[in-house]
Amino acid sequence: MSKVLSTLRYSAEHEWIDAASPARIGISQIAADALGDVVYVDMPEVGAEVTSGEPCGEVESTKSVSEIFSPVTGTVVEVNQEPVDNPGILNEDPYGAGWLFTVEVTEEGPLLSAEEYASANGGDVE
Amino acid sequence: MTQKTALHAEHGALGASFTDFGGWDMPLKYASELAEHQAVREAAGLFDISHMGEIWIEGPAAAEFLNYALVGNLAAVKVGKAKYTMIVNAAGGIIDDLIVYRRGETTFLVVSNAGNAPTVAADLSERAANFEVEVRDASAETSMIALQGPAAEGILLTQVAAESASIVTDMPYYAADDITVAGIDVLLARTGYTGEDGFELYVSNDDAVALWRALLAAGDGSGLIPAGLAARDSLRLEAGMPLYGNELGLETTPYDAGLGPIVSLKKEGDFVGRAALEEAKAAGTSRRLVGLKGLGRRAGRTGYAVLKDGAEIGVVTSGQPSPTLGYPVVMAYVDAEFAEPGTALDVDLRGKPQPFEVVALPFYKREK
Repeated sequence: MSKVLSTLRYSAEHEWIDAASPARIGISQIAADALGDVVYVDMPEVGAEVTSGEPCGEVESTKSVSEIFSPVTGTVVEVNQEPVDNPGILNEDPYGAGWLFTVEVTEEGPLLSAEEYASANGGDVE
Repeated sequence: MTQKTALHAEHGALGASFTDFGGWDMPLKYASELAEHQAVREAAGLFDISHMGEIWIEGPAAAEFLNYALVGNLAAVKVGKAKYTMIVNAAGGIIDDLIVYRRGETTFLVVSNAGNAPTVAADLSERAANFEVEVRDASAETSMIALQGPAAEGILLTQVAAESASIVTDMPYYAADDITVAGIDVLLARTGYTGEDGFELYVSNDDAVALWRALLAAGDGSGLIPAGLAARDSLRLEAGMPLYGNELGLETTPYDAGLGPIVSLKKEGDFVGRAALEEAKAAGTSRRLVGLKGLGRRAGRTGYAVLKDGAEIGVVTSGQPSPTLGYPVVMAYVDAEFAEPGTALDVDLRGKPQPFEVVALPFYKREK
């Protein structure tokens, strides 16, 4: 079963967000497992304005492509180079080294607790 | 209702995730489809392809019948050999692509794609009305296991008796023979859908689990791993092999697909689709199946438009990043005037045109 970290909150579109400021954002292991082996990641640039619920990037696997939706509104502060150079890190460590970018949050979108997200999508809360 | 192969529980025990394919619940991947793809290119992979259809044609008129029912010259196939061919309708549209094995002077095995198997069996039965042949659909009781990759022959040899080793080592591509593997009677064929050397083993459902386990165990030290449909699709795409439903369909003639040479207009007598195919050949095709190499990192996907200077001139039939080659590969139908290798085209990636270049198929060819 895919892991759902209890310390994070989640969007319905399978992004996670931590409690730090600026907030760190990534995709859940449920999403990574569903995609299959990730081979390409397209992310917003530093300084870009992102809007909660709006697409701001793409994750491409051998079999499919899916958009990254921003779980919050705000300004991108930092982008993680690791998934760009080594997209497979999203499969190996989606909550750790595979984080995507950080945002100075002005407004949060609808977010789910780990339990709510897991009950809607399956997965084991840890 | 979704069907399950005799090996379904084996896949579950191996941790497979499943997908519906042609009405069958098939393993998509076990752990990583990229690792499975790579294993087949570098060592070996084991595939359950029991969803394929097996139809036996037997009788004094078997060869004559298949020459009438299919586009190829099956009567010219030597006993022990196989041929890639197609069954088309009267309009020349492809009902399915097939491999036909000649097992005897009057015995042939027709292998069809999963979703098409019932249609192919029904059409063959109907076309057999005026011939002295029996058409027997053995799909329900037959399993099929593909052992593919450079290590395949070595792994297989550990499971056959010394006196039958030469059957394996001397077997050319597109040939088949009866043999005992791991104590189980199988029909062994040197065919496959991955672009690698390899074998396809036809076995009764009752023996499928034992054969699957024996081969997996035999290949344990050689890098053999079970491989699912995701790897099968990326392997066949790199090898430039068409997939029914993507590159081939009822709206497609063999000429559109660049497979004109498999149509034998020279063979004697009429065959289903002959008039339409003669016409199609004479007219020339307005669209052609081509390979496109991505110059960027992003892949075109099935259904995406192919553009020339912003105008739509084709459509992607299959596409993904090539694990072996490291760049995106696409098969697409394009207007014939843009089919020359070297032609610069774009693929519309969700509103953003990305550069691609027409290249000769296959994208990947193994060194022999």
